[in-house]
Amino acid sequence: MHKIKRMFIYMILSIFAIISIFPFIWMIVSTTNKSVDVTKGRLLPGTHLVENLQNLFSTVDLVPALINSAIISIATTILSLIIASLAGYGFEIYRSKTKDVVFNILLLSMMIPFAALMIPLFRMFGTISQIAPGIGIDTLISAMLPSVTTAFLIFFFRQNTKMFPRALLEAGRIDGLTELGVFFRIYVPTMKTTYAAAAIITFMASWNNYLWPLVVLQSPENHTIPLLISNLGSSNSPDFGIIMTTIVIATLPTALIFFLLQRHFVAGMMGSVK
Amino acid sequence: MIPATTKQNIQVKPRKYHNKFRFKNGLIGWAFISIATVMICIFYFYPMVQALILSFKSGAGTNLQFVGLDNYLRLFTDPTFIAALKNTVIYLIIQVPIMIILAMLISVLLNNKKLKLKGFFRTAIFLPCITSLVAYSVVFKYLFATDGIINKMLINVSLISEPIQWLTDPFWAKVTIIIAITWRWTGYNMIFYLSALQNVDHSIYEAAKIDGANAFQQFFKITIPMLKPIILFTSITSTIGTLQLFDEVMNITKGGPGTATLTISQYIYNLSFKYTPDFGYAATVSYAVVIMIVFFSILQFKAAGDKNA
Repeated sequence: MHKIKRMFIYMILSIFAIISIFPFIWMIVSTTNKSVDVTKGRLLPGTHLVENLQNLFSTVDLVPALINSAIISIATTILSLIIASLAGYGFEIYRSKTKDVVFNILLLSMMIPFAALMIPLFRMFGTISQIAPGIGIDTLISAMLPSVTTAFLIFFFRQNTKMFPRALLEAGRIDGLTELGVFFRIYVPTMKTTYAAAAIITFMASWNNYLWPLVVLQSPENHTIPLLISNLGSSNSPDFGIIMTTIVIATLPTALIFFLLQRHFVAGMMGSVK
Repeated sequence: MIPATTKQNIQVKPRKYHNKFRFKNGLIGWAFISIATVMICIFYFYPMVQALILSFKSGAGTNLQFVGLDNYLRLFTDPTFIAALKNTVIYLIIQVPIMIILAMLISVLLNNKKLKLKGFFRTAIFLPCITSLVAYSVVFKYLFATDGIINKMLINVSLISEPIQWLTDPFWAKVTIIIAITWRWTGYNMIFYLSALQNVDHSIYEAAKIDGANAFQQFFKITIPMLKPIILFTSITSTIGTLQLFDEVMNITKGGPGTATLTISQYIYNLSFKYTPDFGYAATVSYAVVIMIVFFSILQFKAAGDKNA
């Protein structure tokens, strides 16, 4: 009886695992097949990987899109981490009733759907374009500014700051560090794992962000990876070999982060329910 | 999810600094939180107020005039909005429960101590979460094409004789979207259940067994009540996510056929950037989403019982 039960559990889990992995296998296999074979549903590896890569680089502007995505994601991650950790630290270490009220108001911003912000933001950047075109519509900066500060990340840092030993703080003060010095010299190095988790969440969100860049980045040379894939996917005469190769390349950075930093990855996700 | 419900054991020691230092200390605290607060005000609260003002205006492009409540009344007679609302609610009441039940089921199976290959199963089922929404949507669009591999496989195993019109039939297009979202997010939700289950004391189950409780009774009388906060958390985040659904629909079906899979977010996008822009009415539609998010969140909190859920 027990054996049958266990077999049954393995069977169910295997089915779910196969369903989860299958699109990946198909995607990876398709990078080595010709477009015709992909549409035929070929599931065996072919010999056209090099050809697909060559076609990809000669017909699709993958490298500029990769560079744009990298610039936006890395800059967003660095700025987000600085701004959110300063705030999370400030709210927890210099706690006061008024600040708690401010904190709760900031949390409300998590409820606002992006669709509601999109139009006013677009109009706002339209106005900025007339004064300072460098940060107006259709610039990489405009694509990242609205997502640089999120209440979620402030919340995440505040939750983790609760576990920061305050004795360290006092020790730093006695050693004559300024308040900002305590933050940078003591808090930041102690909270490395929190920063790692936060960096992963932010980088992933930024790398995969679609709607706002779609609205604000109009010229093709500013396109990011999601915009590029979306355009390839909606073309009238798609070359499936090229598209699948692009998707695999675009997924590589996040896949690498996942497999190398799995522990931080999950810690980052769980941060929200701690 | 809200910090006030977590344990706050930090004791604030009464300090006897003189007033000048306290004042300075207070200012430093505000300095730490200032950048974030200003940024959130500029990029969340200010646009939110702007959208509210916009929702009472109408007109093409930048030529906007106050129309009072006209936009809000228009919502009730706008067939596209009603279709988008209907679709979104269908996704919500079908997809979210399916996904939550699957996530719970898988995590309970995975929580078995004697299970081998646990790490493999967990990683495999979580793997869809590493894909970008756009990338996986494009992959699913091709998987579910009429001459795509899913139809071929189903025909090969004789489950169907004719290819299913996954993307062009109004009913099946919705099914495709639901399958896609479920594939992408079940593993994500599973992780929350798994970590909650690991914190459940095993002796409770031992005691239940001694009292003669079978597996089902254990599940419904112990596991479910223990998981209540996580069920609440995952259903709220999934609901908010579904109400904002955009990337998948945009890249799998473009909202079609007709308006069969259109979501509210996509309709807002179309109103602002695809048709002749009517920012005022689009802002009104976006406030409908805000109201729905608030409504469903309160509903789920109520359904989960009291505040200490």
